[in-house]
Amino acid sequence: MLWEGRIAGISGIVGRLLPPYGDGAFLSRLGFVVGLIAAPLVIAVATGEAVGQTVSSNVPLMIAAGLLVGFGSVWGNGCTSGHGVCGLSRLSPRSFAATGVFMATAFVTVFLVRHVIGG
Amino acid sequence: MSFLVNLGLGLLFGIGLVISGMADPAKVLNFLDLFGTWDPSLAFVMGGAVVVAFVGYRLVLARGEPIVGGSFHLPTRSDIDARVIAGPAIFGIGWGLGGFCPGPALTALGLGASGTLAFVPAMIIGMWTARLIGEAVSRTSNV
Repeated sequence: MLWEGRIAGISGIVGRLLPPYGDGAFLSRLGFVVGLIAAPLVIAVATGEAVGQTVSSNVPLMIAAGLLVGFGSVWGNGCTSGHGVCGLSRLSPRSFAATGVFMATAFVTVFLVRHVIGG
Repeated sequence: MSFLVNLGLGLLFGIGLVISGMADPAKVLNFLDLFGTWDPSLAFVMGGAVVVAFVGYRLVLARGEPIVGGSFHLPTRSDIDARVIAGPAIFGIGWGLGGFCPGPALTALGLGASGTLAFVPAMIIGMWTARLIGEAVSRTSNV
């Protein structure tokens, strides 16, 4: 924002890394993504400890989740950072609606997966 | 220059995601699990981010223009249409299944977990598909 006047929504940045290109901000977006990917490596080097995380190793589930997250975030013009942080702080009505909806469907999904289907 | 500044911004954002636990799907799923092992700490991460961004926007907009690039590129729409409901609904289901939203998934890429390596390409395909369909739809409706 301060630098180029652009909003930092991750889905918007990544979604526009692929063609067709509508503006001249490709290098900015690429830089942001490279920084994002490099972050845990920088932390690991700085602290001398590997970054811990637990990711599901259920590959078909993660592919389905990835497709839904990717499609939904671009279709709805924003994800957690775009609507949830940038949009709410700009007091955008669209973002309040979007954030309410994705929090609700995420809560329901986790409830179904963990407490109804089991696991 | 733009590349380097944005590299720094991405790095900062990614470090924040890792430190806050947002980049760990297990923690995210616990945050989303209201009726089980609910861990509300990420609500404070999001709340904190919104407060900082709320103040930051006002400080930056008070300048009148950004340092480079001439003008601010802000979303101007405020109408609530079907897309801004359907998209987040789909997104939330995927988020609840995998525990990743787009930023953390990219940050986790370097850690090389098999789930992440499956998730990220699928996410990019999903994004690209949504964008191409969206552009095709707006072309036909604008003619």
